[in-house]
Amino acid sequence: MRHAINVTIIIIVCVFALLFIANNVQWMPVQGSAEAALIDRLFNLHIDTIIVLYVLVNGILLYSVFVFRRKKDDPSEGVYFHGNTTLEVLWTIIPLITVLYFAFLGANVLQKTLEAADDELQVVVTARQWTWSFEYPEWGIASTELNLPVDRRAHFVLYSEDVTHSFWVPEFRLKQDTVPGQEHHLRVTPTRVGTYKVRCAELCGTSHAYMEAAVNVMTPEDFEVWRQKRLGIYVPTEGEAGVEPQDPVALGQQVATSAGCTACHSVDGSALVGPTWKGLFGKTETFADGTTGVVDEAYLHESIVNPSAKIVSGFQDVMPKNYGDILTETEINGLIEYIKSLQ
Amino acid sequence: MPTWFRSLLGFIIGALAGTIVFIAVRAIGGLPLLSADLRPLYAMAVFSGLVGLMLGIDKELGLPRGLVGMAAGFVVGILTTVGIRSLLGLTPWDSERVWVVGAFVAPIGFLLGVGALSDWLRWIVGIHTPDQHGPPPGKPGWFRYFGFDQNHKVIGIQYTVTGILLMGVAGTLAMVFRTELLAPGLQFLKPDTFNTFISMHGIIMIASILLGVGGMANYLVPLMIGASDMAFPRLNGFAFWITVPSAILIVMAIFFGGWDTGWTGYAPLSVRTVMGVNLFLIGIFFFGFSSILGSANLIVTALKMRAPGMTLFRLPIFVWAMLATSLIQLTATQFIGLSFLMVVLERNLGMEFFNAALGGDPLLFQHLFWFYSHPAVYIFILPGLGIVSELLPVFSRKPLFGYKWIALSSMAIALLGFMVWAHHMFTAGMPNALRLPFMYTTMLVAVPTGVKFFSWLGTVWRGKLFFPTPMLFVLASIAVFLIGGLTGPPLATVPTDLHLHDSYFVVGHFHATMFGGFVFPFFAALYYWFPKITGRMYNERLGRIHFALQTTGFYIMSLTMARTGLLGMRRRIADYDPALNIQNLHVIMTVAGFAIFIGVLIGVYNLVVSARRGEVAVMNPWGSRSPEWQIPSPVPEHNYEEPFEVVGNPYDYGLPGTAYVRMNGHEKVAAPGTAALPAR
Repeated sequence: MRHAINVTIIIIVCVFALLFIANNVQWMPVQGSAEAALIDRLFNLHIDTIIVLYVLVNGILLYSVFVFRRKKDDPSEGVYFHGNTTLEVLWTIIPLITVLYFAFLGANVLQKTLEAADDELQVVVTARQWTWSFEYPEWGIASTELNLPVDRRAHFVLYSEDVTHSFWVPEFRLKQDTVPGQEHHLRVTPTRVGTYKVRCAELCGTSHAYMEAAVNVMTPEDFEVWRQKRLGIYVPTEGEAGVEPQDPVALGQQVATSAGCTACHSVDGSALVGPTWKGLFGKTETFADGTTGVVDEAYLHESIVNPSAKIVSGFQDVMPKNYGDILTETEINGLIEYIKSLQ
Repeated sequence: MPTWFRSLLGFIIGALAGTIVFIAVRAIGGLPLLSADLRPLYAMAVFSGLVGLMLGIDKELGLPRGLVGMAAGFVVGILTTVGIRSLLGLTPWDSERVWVVGAFVAPIGFLLGVGALSDWLRWIVGIHTPDQHGPPPGKPGWFRYFGFDQNHKVIGIQYTVTGILLMGVAGTLAMVFRTELLAPGLQFLKPDTFNTFISMHGIIMIASILLGVGGMANYLVPLMIGASDMAFPRLNGFAFWITVPSAILIVMAIFFGGWDTGWTGYAPLSVRTVMGVNLFLIGIFFFGFSSILGSANLIVTALKMRAPGMTLFRLPIFVWAMLATSLIQLTATQFIGLSFLMVVLERNLGMEFFNAALGGDPLLFQHLFWFYSHPAVYIFILPGLGIVSELLPVFSRKPLFGYKWIALSSMAIALLGFMVWAHHMFTAGMPNALRLPFMYTTMLVAVPTGVKFFSWLGTVWRGKLFFPTPMLFVLASIAVFLIGGLTGPPLATVPTDLHLHDSYFVVGHFHATMFGGFVFPFFAALYYWFPKITGRMYNERLGRIHFALQTTGFYIMSLTMARTGLLGMRRRIADYDPALNIQNLHVIMTVAGFAIFIGVLIGVYNLVVSARRGEVAVMNPWGSRSPEWQIPSPVPEHNYEEPFEVVGNPYDYGLPGTAYVRMNGHEKVAAPGTAALPAR
């Protein structure tokens, strides 16, 4: 009995100490969505339960290791008892109720993450090896970055063109695979203005690690500005100095990452899936059909909008064919300037 | 001729033969005779040189004969395909298809060469062959370990040693890519090499675990139940030897571009990736035969060959665990074989099972795959948990708390294991009508697992614990498996899994279940039965160093993995975003990983050296009641001189005057260990 009291006291003290610590740890990335708040609450409840069980098992185990050890040259055996049905039933029933309760909570939260809203913004997400593209069917715009207005429910319709990928924005806490030949749905309400990344979570081949795209959660006003710019109908308000011209090289560098170019094209000379961009401009390339050509602006432009036209010898025709649709002419020119700068 | 000269000659002839075969195959394929990258040629020459060396030592050795048979199998398969293709008017050489057929024939060639089919083939033509006992006439004792043998103890050791070798290969791969992950950016691996390495690490570790399980089962179960061998000794040898060509096929994949699908081989990626994936898929297909046949053998043995008086509830608890394991292996393994075979057929014969564009279903692969691969996790851990339950009473000097509950919880886990597979697919795009029931069933697994934990606590409570190396590993198993167990429910709950799925959290969880459920108990078993197997004691000091490195290393590594995953680290990525601020965590994981690696190396060194030079062990160093400790070490060829009788409960430590077995007219009352063991 003395031992039972000792170990109970130790366990209670340790549980409270660890709970205190755990509640002051930032377990997750920032909460970027309404769903994140729900999921984090459920996760924290999991953590609390884990701590109780962790201390319970380790407490009894370590107490036994230190207190019930055999003294040197003690030939006697332990106290003989071989079971206790009441205890066994208890530690079957209590965990059973606990896990079923967690499953019940889980079902409720899942239900909330699935709810549709009337004013939701539909975004068609297409994944392919190893880039993402985002279309807004409402306005017929497409982009390599995912731009979302804050506090408005977004409805993603997810497709894949080749293999299984997975749409994951850690700050949103939600994940959905994109499966070739199937249509899947994911809904999220972003609640925090900021820049995040969608990261492919399902191993999808060579450049899986680099299959990322920027996610920009904007104020409704900023989103409206972006939408209008994208549609080419943006009128600068009074006092605003028009669209500030951006350095094309800087723009190109930004697009290279956001559009996923650097997943396959290195900028340091190493060969990945596609030819490196370092020293590319001005070089004479040999193509798969045996012809040669000098890399100039026209060639680069053609290779971006119609990548199958000329395939550099030793490489495969695997580059997505839709960059002409999802990149603006300014962005393409930026890319070309950026490539030219990489000598 | 002296042996050294014959082996040297053998090496040279072998290397030359290997080089000629290599060039000949390229010639058949119409390729330039030498490839630009000469490494495959060197590998082939060294490998066939080693085969020649072994044949030089003794030309009747089974292993090199099997390897020659395997090479012949490849040649036969390749030539047949080339022939059929020319008859059909196709281009005779199609790299992928000829190698695939070769890979299907090669294991058969290996089995013929090693002699695993010899007796059966003779039976077919009506020739009687007697059971084989001891090394073949005129051969030294070590000879039987390198060829086909029917004795369960030999086969057990063959399984175990092969398992440890593969663990070494897979562990080395892990160290390579863990080093790559020390910093963001690519250091020295290309993305494809990284992906191949993680894929190989996963599947070779799994093969290694299955071999380790087979090793423990084969060596221990007949001894524990008082049988002289397994029910079907030839099937037993066959089940081991088929794993060798399978493992070779998997490793060979690296010379065919590797593969980048992970060990899961998800279609359609596995259909579209490089041809090395075929060898991995076919290797696992053949490996499955070992699981199915080995488990059938074990079930029959455990149910039909028990000593008199050994009722089911007087069965050693490890045998219960192995029964549960074998039931899963016997009935689930077919599904991974099937799913992998379907990918091979889709790649090579255009049967579009998983191609959505032609009416196939990519999710079908995942269902078939996980229908085996989730229960497979219980194949890996149930034997280990059985070891924990088996050893804990001995080192606590107390009965196993709740014997029947523990025995039945293994069965409950085995049964529930079949109803939870789709929890691997919560984000895969399954209907919600499937996500919810699989969440509930998955949660239920926590209940029988919890019963085991609490029963272990009941076992150590008020015991007289002592802590030689095996007990330290048992305690570490519990502590580490606890991490694996407790990180399970957040993954089983759908909404939290939506964040955690495919992140490093899963990697941490999975490694904790594998280390707690297999690796730590496996080493506990190795140290515990080492004196029984070799007749010598291991070095206690090195054992403790191994324990300290592996336990602290692993504890830190798995918790850090889980932490990194919460922050957004995905699994299976060659490079990570520096913006995630997780480089420090990766440094910790790599250092901890190396601690584990060095610990295991020290452990293996300890076992190898002690097997030759260790102190001679007393008969029953741990004071166990179990029958195998009441006979001399190493165990005689036929185990028990006379059959023993079970007269009591296996774990009644502390009940004076009782025994588990009566042997040669004596009840074997066990006293606490009397060997030179420290008290603490």
